[in-house]
Amino acid sequence: MIATTIPFDREKSLALYENMLLIRFFEEKAAELYTRQKIRGFLHLYIGEEAVATGIVAALEPRDGVVATYREHGHALVKGISAASIMAEMYGKQEGCSGGRGGSMHLFSAEKRFFGGHAIVGGHLPVAVGLGLAERMRGGNAVTACFFGEGAIAEGEFHESMNLAALWQVPVLFCCENNRYAMGTALERSESQTDLCAKAASYNVNVMRVDGMDVAAVYQASVEAVGYVRGQGKPMFLELNTYRFRPHSMFDPELYRDKAEVEGWKKHDPIASFGERLREQGYLDDREDRILRDKIAAEIAEAVDFAERGSWEPLERLTTNVYTEVGS
Amino acid sequence: MNQTTVTYREAIKAGLAEALRSDDRVFIMGEDVGRYGGTYAVTMGFLEEFGEARIRDTPLSESGFVGAGIGAAMGGMRPIVEVMTVNFCLLALDQIVNTAATMRHMSGGNFSVPLVIRMATGAGRQLAAQHSHSLEGWLAHIPGIKILTPATVTDGYGMLGAALADPDPVLIFEHVMLYNHKERYDSPEDWQRPVDIEKAAIRREGGDVSLITYGGCLWKALDAAEQLSQEGIQAEVIDLRVLRPLDTRTILDSVVKTNRAVIVEEAWRSGSLSAEIGMQIAERAFYDLDAPIQRVCGAEVPIPYPKHLEDAAVPQVPQILAAVREVMGRHV
Repeated sequence: MIATTIPFDREKSLALYENMLLIRFFEEKAAELYTRQKIRGFLHLYIGEEAVATGIVAALEPRDGVVATYREHGHALVKGISAASIMAEMYGKQEGCSGGRGGSMHLFSAEKRFFGGHAIVGGHLPVAVGLGLAERMRGGNAVTACFFGEGAIAEGEFHESMNLAALWQVPVLFCCENNRYAMGTALERSESQTDLCAKAASYNVNVMRVDGMDVAAVYQASVEAVGYVRGQGKPMFLELNTYRFRPHSMFDPELYRDKAEVEGWKKHDPIASFGERLREQGYLDDREDRILRDKIAAEIAEAVDFAERGSWEPLERLTTNVYTEVGS
Repeated sequence: MNQTTVTYREAIKAGLAEALRSDDRVFIMGEDVGRYGGTYAVTMGFLEEFGEARIRDTPLSESGFVGAGIGAAMGGMRPIVEVMTVNFCLLALDQIVNTAATMRHMSGGNFSVPLVIRMATGAGRQLAAQHSHSLEGWLAHIPGIKILTPATVTDGYGMLGAALADPDPVLIFEHVMLYNHKERYDSPEDWQRPVDIEKAAIRREGGDVSLITYGGCLWKALDAAEQLSQEGIQAEVIDLRVLRPLDTRTILDSVVKTNRAVIVEEAWRSGSLSAEIGMQIAERAFYDLDAPIQRVCGAEVPIPYPKHLEDAAVPQVPQILAAVREVMGRHV
């Protein structure tokens, strides 16, 4: 692969690199903690796909919203939820960003405009349309970025949402993270039409296809897309071609894809390849890289420490937050 | 007396209009709520008064627009989503059960969903097996949502305002046979008033038997109570009003007083809300009972089309009378 020049300054470029590393380190630690049974339930890792959330969220403002799937640790991190409160959530501690009630698949933060953490494939797309509708009706121009995998395109909610978004002209950026497999089912085994942009375009929505392994390309496309959604008040569909390096979840024996395919994609590791370009461009040397990695590793270690020190919610509170308590 | 007649439809319409006029965040969306005027003509004329943005016709996308209602509620609006009929809400069940009902909890209190969903329920219009069911008791199984069943003009009007003021998702089930139900009032102030959405109401007092019901069956139960009083049986008629959270206090207080209970509901008997109420009474007022609890419920069949079979599939006054006579030990 011929590395092309990064079209941003050093500061922006390093910020993207750092965020990808933050996600990678967080996820590697999560995998380790899962094997040590500190984290239970399902754990869906974002390793390999870091450039997607990093590049898109970098193009958003703090007031913009994000609605994501159950593979959302990375999105939550780059939207500004602290690694500590995410890790505590994955431990199930009450210091977690969802009070420990949600776990890995249900990260939320009203303060950071992070609207979850949804684990019914496609179910959050209509919610994103509603957030966009509210914004439109209130006369604001905040953007809602809605992330979903290519598997969601088989759900009726995708089609209903694209139609409603285009019909009502709501400011929602639909971000399809096409990692080629809906759990273990390859795209070509589940869709009669595998051109996902064509499907979105059929609803009169503007579309763009982006290399989801190239954070510079993702960021550049996202700046344009977010500008369009915010400026025009219209939806847009981004397809990000990406690949998860790890199994679907920690339960997945990965019988459905070739090892050679996985290894082939790993050659396009978004972090390693962007790191090389940073070096070629004189934005980063080995010493700086080591310092950065040490800093992030320390942040993750602190997050684990915070989660370890966290407390269990008292049993007496079991049935709280089913309804809004008076005075809250 | 210079009384005027008010229908249940007019009451709901007045409640909606009042909500739209008093709060800019309120808007209505659903199938044919705008240009058509509402399937049951509840929103007739609203499009002209409030405009297309707030009286929002939707495509036939129940999951999509119920989910959009959830998102709009999380985004600061106060949406009222109309689902044409209860059977269609099954297409939006994922949004209602997996998203609206869980949001507060799984977000650890980060987000509430102040959403109101209205829908028509019940049999009686010969609309057959896909438009006539009573699934509100089924939805009352779900923690995180509230279930209202207005049966009177005052509740038709007032429950809407209370639902909108509630920070959590509220589902309102309007029985199709009640839209033309009429009540007489001296002045609008007598029915256009706030109501609570916490308590059951005693619609008729009596000391011999508790008739526990809601929605379309309320008026059948009141008819039965009137006939029973001529036989010397004084039935206390409880209108549950709210199916979740259920006001068990009012039910138990009545049963402790009357020592007999008959539960009347249009839904199927098996696994029903009446089963829940019967069990609550058994658990908490067993020794106050002078006779086994009786239930009058829908027959275990999808609602049939022909009138005589449809009537036979849901509770009618003679069956309520028979059940009461049974618990009173008066066999005919």
